[in-house]
Amino acid sequence: MSKVKLIIQREYLSRVRKKSFIVMTILGPILIAGLLALGIWLGMSDTSVYNVLVVDKTPELDGKTLFWKEFKPTSQIKFQYTQDALTNAEFDTSAYTLMLVLREDIVTYPEAEMVFRKLPSLKARSYIKGQVEQVIENEKLKIKSIPKSDYDSIRTDLEIVTVDAQDGKASYKQEQAVVGFVFAIMIYMFIFLYGVQVMRGVMEEKSNRIVEVIISSVKPFQLMMGKIVGVALVGLTQIVLWIVFTSILTTVVSSLFLSSITAEGGVPVNVQMTEQVAQTASEDAMDQAFISDIFELFFFQIDWPVMLSLFIFFFLGGYLLYASLFAAVGAAVDNETDTQQFMLPITLPLIFGFLVSEFALTNPEGSAVIWFSQIPLTSPVVMMVRVAMGFDSGNIWQLFLSMALLVGGFLGAVWLAGKIYRTGILMYGKKVTYKELWKWLRFKS
Amino acid sequence: MSILKVENISKSYAKHQALKDVSFEVPKGCIFGLLGPNGAGKTSLIRIINQINGPDDGKILFNGDPLSSKHIAQIGYLPEERGLYKKMKVGEQAMYLAQLKGMSKSDAKEKLKDWFGRFDILNWWDIKVEELSKGMAQKVQFITTVMHEPEFIILDEPFSGFDPINANLIKAEIKRLAKNGTTIMLSTHNMGSVEEICTHIALINNAEKVLEGSVKDVREKFKEDVYDLQFKGDMLAFTNCLWVNFELLSHEKVDGSIIARIKLLKDSTVNDLLNTVIPVVEVEAINEVIPSMNDIFIRVVENPASDE
Repeated sequence: MSKVKLIIQREYLSRVRKKSFIVMTILGPILIAGLLALGIWLGMSDTSVYNVLVVDKTPELDGKTLFWKEFKPTSQIKFQYTQDALTNAEFDTSAYTLMLVLREDIVTYPEAEMVFRKLPSLKARSYIKGQVEQVIENEKLKIKSIPKSDYDSIRTDLEIVTVDAQDGKASYKQEQAVVGFVFAIMIYMFIFLYGVQVMRGVMEEKSNRIVEVIISSVKPFQLMMGKIVGVALVGLTQIVLWIVFTSILTTVVSSLFLSSITAEGGVPVNVQMTEQVAQTASEDAMDQAFISDIFELFFFQIDWPVMLSLFIFFFLGGYLLYASLFAAVGAAVDNETDTQQFMLPITLPLIFGFLVSEFALTNPEGSAVIWFSQIPLTSPVVMMVRVAMGFDSGNIWQLFLSMALLVGGFLGAVWLAGKIYRTGILMYGKKVTYKELWKWLRFKS
Repeated sequence: MSILKVENISKSYAKHQALKDVSFEVPKGCIFGLLGPNGAGKTSLIRIINQINGPDDGKILFNGDPLSSKHIAQIGYLPEERGLYKKMKVGEQAMYLAQLKGMSKSDAKEKLKDWFGRFDILNWWDIKVEELSKGMAQKVQFITTVMHEPEFIILDEPFSGFDPINANLIKAEIKRLAKNGTTIMLSTHNMGSVEEICTHIALINNAEKVLEGSVKDVREKFKEDVYDLQFKGDMLAFTNCLWVNFELLSHEKVDGSIIARIKLLKDSTVNDLLNTVIPVVEVEAINEVIPSMNDIFIRVVENPASDE
């Protein structure tokens, strides 16, 4: 077995066998799936029943106040009507959960007061709000003697579909950019996580004094590259395991949730509501349109094989570039506290790249985004957003240029790091300055 | 036949010259002491021999061939700054280092079990390094230096940090290895151990080699016709009789006798000295004073000119 392979193997196994790796690998997906489950649960778990006391202060017309028995109850929201408000103290001891106070002149001044003991859910609030608005609207129509059917035909709900001039297809660039941004965050995170691991590893070898024994058997460059590649494999392993575990867990969790909901109520609660309320039904139709948008985005607008392979490319390229710089820092210093001064110039471009990619969300084709997707120090993070949005024949060269520059960038970084590393790992008890590093770069091998 | 030939090696780091035109030979099968004060350039030279650094000038021949990467497996190196991966198990770590030296897995395991048995530490195989004491770790380090049975072993300050028992164990191993034909180069400040185990030395001072040869020859070269004469009698009469041809360097009283250190001047011989003093005092013993390596070291380092 070649010596570099031995080093990679040791670096890989010693990390993968660590308790912290195993814990993180299992805990990560559980956290992600847990958050997801929590989200689903929170969204669906509002099963509390609201007993609403409607205090209708509007004047009686034809023996009936405006809102009297106008609201449609649901399985969760029941309405009781009165004309006299309870005092807050009375309400507190009453059986009602909410008290809705509708003022006398509500048609002119649309404002209502809702007294609560426990803050009602957003869903309940918006349902009640919709009910009140509907009654007021109908009243206004009556006052202006406009037939309801006319009003319904006038009401407009505009949806803007953005269309790319080049192919005439509906554009989802904004949404695609969000997907790209998620990948950018992942690259940013992994570069930091594993870059620092490389630095720690180098420092450990230096402070353990094992390094001189090793480099009497292999070249310093081989040791450095072995470590960088070994840690990269650890990173890839973790990514793959996370993807596998997360998808398994998400499938399990979501199927559990869905089955428990259908088992409980026969028909999901919100479906029941849509049957009863026309307005909610139309909102639901919009939801469905939105869902089909996301569906369209995920399955047709984003070219997953290209996306994932470019993700791996930019992750590896960015990682190799930064990890070798981190390795150089680890070799130059004696202990963790001394790393600060050298860490800053490495972390700054990385953080900057992250900020630019955030900026790319609102302005995906801005010139800053285009420039920083070319510079190797920021391109791994920024380019992911652009990759998600796709390239056309006019600007695909920018992607290839960026990839070529990244390869050049990491080769340069590895060369530079190799020189600092070689001298640094055998240098003890010396406070290293930038001037000193410059000197090391010019030493002959 | 020399196993290692250092020819005109020079090396500088920026403005600091670490080695200046250093040449010497290490005969095959000897225990070679590389001596010199701190900062003289010993470690720089050792790193060049280990191909960790390259020389600016000069070359090194290993068994007559220019030193190259194929010689790595034939050299064992225990650096002065030595350590182990703390989180690894002892056996696993030794296996790793053995394979880096080019041994096969099965070969490495067999040899290591041998060595662990010899040092009576077979039960350490599955212990993590961080649980070992410093002395225990050093035993492991020594084994990992010699396990691949290299022809040439370099030990940088091998005895520092060892207790006397372990130091003796290592000394015995060094002698045993040398007896079996392995050449050993060690750098040390411990002149006592140099006299005890080294057969040859080279002394480096201020980046230059100032002394080289077998320990016996070097000490011969530095002796100065000085004798310790033990006698009973009158010190004043003794001093008076020495007069022209001898110089009394010092004297001390030991158990009623006097030991006087005398340097022979001009062409006088030991016989002349005895003829001169026997009529005056009762001579009990006479020994030639051969300088210790410690004396030589200090003399050469503190007063480089006197050596020329």
